[in-house]
Amino acid sequence: MTTKPILTVHDLSVVFPDSNGGLHVLENISFEVCPREFICFLGPSGSGKTTLLRVLAGLLAPTSGNVHFIRRQHPKIGMVFQQSNLMPWRTVMDNIKLPLELEGVSDAKARVKAQEMIELVGLDGFEDSWPRDLSGGMAQRVGIARALVHDPDLLLLDEPFGSLDAITRERMWTELSRIWQAKQKTVIMVTHSINESLFLADRVLVLTQRPGKVKFDLEVDIPRPRKDDIRYTPHFGKLARKLRETIE
Amino acid sequence: MKTSFSRWLGLISVLLGIIAWELIVRVTDLPRFILPSPVDVWVRFLKSLADGSLLLHTGYTLLEITLGLFFGVISATIIGYFLAKSRSLEKILSPYLVASQAVPIVAIAPLLILWFGSGITSKVLICSLIVFFPVLVNTVVGVRAVPPVLYDLMRSVRATRWQILFKLELPASLPVLLGGLRIGATLSVIGAIVGELVDAKNGLGFLLKVGDFQYDTAMVFVAVFMLITLALMLYGIVTLLEKRFLRWQQPAS
Repeated sequence: MTTKPILTVHDLSVVFPDSNGGLHVLENISFEVCPREFICFLGPSGSGKTTLLRVLAGLLAPTSGNVHFIRRQHPKIGMVFQQSNLMPWRTVMDNIKLPLELEGVSDAKARVKAQEMIELVGLDGFEDSWPRDLSGGMAQRVGIARALVHDPDLLLLDEPFGSLDAITRERMWTELSRIWQAKQKTVIMVTHSINESLFLADRVLVLTQRPGKVKFDLEVDIPRPRKDDIRYTPHFGKLARKLRETIE
Repeated sequence: MKTSFSRWLGLISVLLGIIAWELIVRVTDLPRFILPSPVDVWVRFLKSLADGSLLLHTGYTLLEITLGLFFGVISATIIGYFLAKSRSLEKILSPYLVASQAVPIVAIAPLLILWFGSGITSKVLICSLIVFFPVLVNTVVGVRAVPPVLYDLMRSVRATRWQILFKLELPASLPVLLGGLRIGATLSVIGAIVGELVDAKNGLGFLLKVGDFQYDTAMVFVAVFMLITLALMLYGIVTLLEKRFLRWQQPAS
């Protein structure tokens, strides 16, 4: 990609204060993200992946370094969490239109947008269902729809499929891949699954064990659209082995 | 068949109770000022209804209860919210809160009436005080139980403080808040009566006392039943609120 980056992160460090000199979670992280790029941070648990996303989402101030968005100072964020994180007192429809409500969009407009998202994630007919009646995969689809409904500049995914079973999980990869192609969003995702990162991302950045540093930057040159069976090609296997070797 | 029968069980139980009461009156042959029969009570009820005294005093008590509930719930919810948010505020206020609970309301009711007179103000105050604590505790519990990840969600889409309050904290703690209101509603009836028994010119407590002094025991019974009705009514209103606002909690049948 030759376009100008939309986001630059420079020399970012996060230290959580504790009794012996502070817990160094992230150390000197620098990277750039281009528009419509799908970036994946891959790392073992405890590598500060979630902390990185929280900084990017503006939920946490970095100890040093900076995060710079090109288009505006505070980008619109859509975030998908490890758990679907739905509000149990809102129906599927009302959960999805929440970000629009907060922006002050009129209810009629918000409903139309939310309905579009419901169709995009394949939940037609579940508009009025309560979260308690959804399966894990369906709930996470609602989470994705909610993260996209207000047309965010940046989509942040925090191990979104970590709590799903293996089969649902792989189905969701194909789904997310399709949704990403349809919406052309800039995505930053963190995961500890090598397959997940290779299947979805344009670039995989490997984080080390705490304190997290970027150890390896891999361009994933697998053509799109990626079908389910690309995971069994020799090239996929080669990339997977490369990543495996860099993670201790 | 079985369900339609069990629906009537409550009513049947009440009817049996009344029949048992009537039987006891007939068998023991106690004087009416000791134990009036259900029929006596019913007649007394109709009489007090006809002369307007029952409605007047019931209305008076209901007004005290409603105002007491209103002020008690509002103040407890607001203070509870800030307590839930601030540990240091909790530390500062908790000695007073615990002390206020250790003193039975009956013991301070005479004081409040001495200070605020025998009119409605003192009764409303007593109601508010008795309602205050359970609602406060439930507010603190409810607000503290809001999942932190939902705060993350709200902040990631740049929700304002008010939006967080009305779209997250309020609905998330509503089940516990209504639980507090449920307890408070029945307690407020007790509060009003305690106040009226100490000193009052109006209200069901006043009616009760007058009935007692004049050996009009049937009147005492009427007042007691009116109190039960008021308490049940308030309880029913809270239950309706729960049905309306907590639909998402009820399992799909």
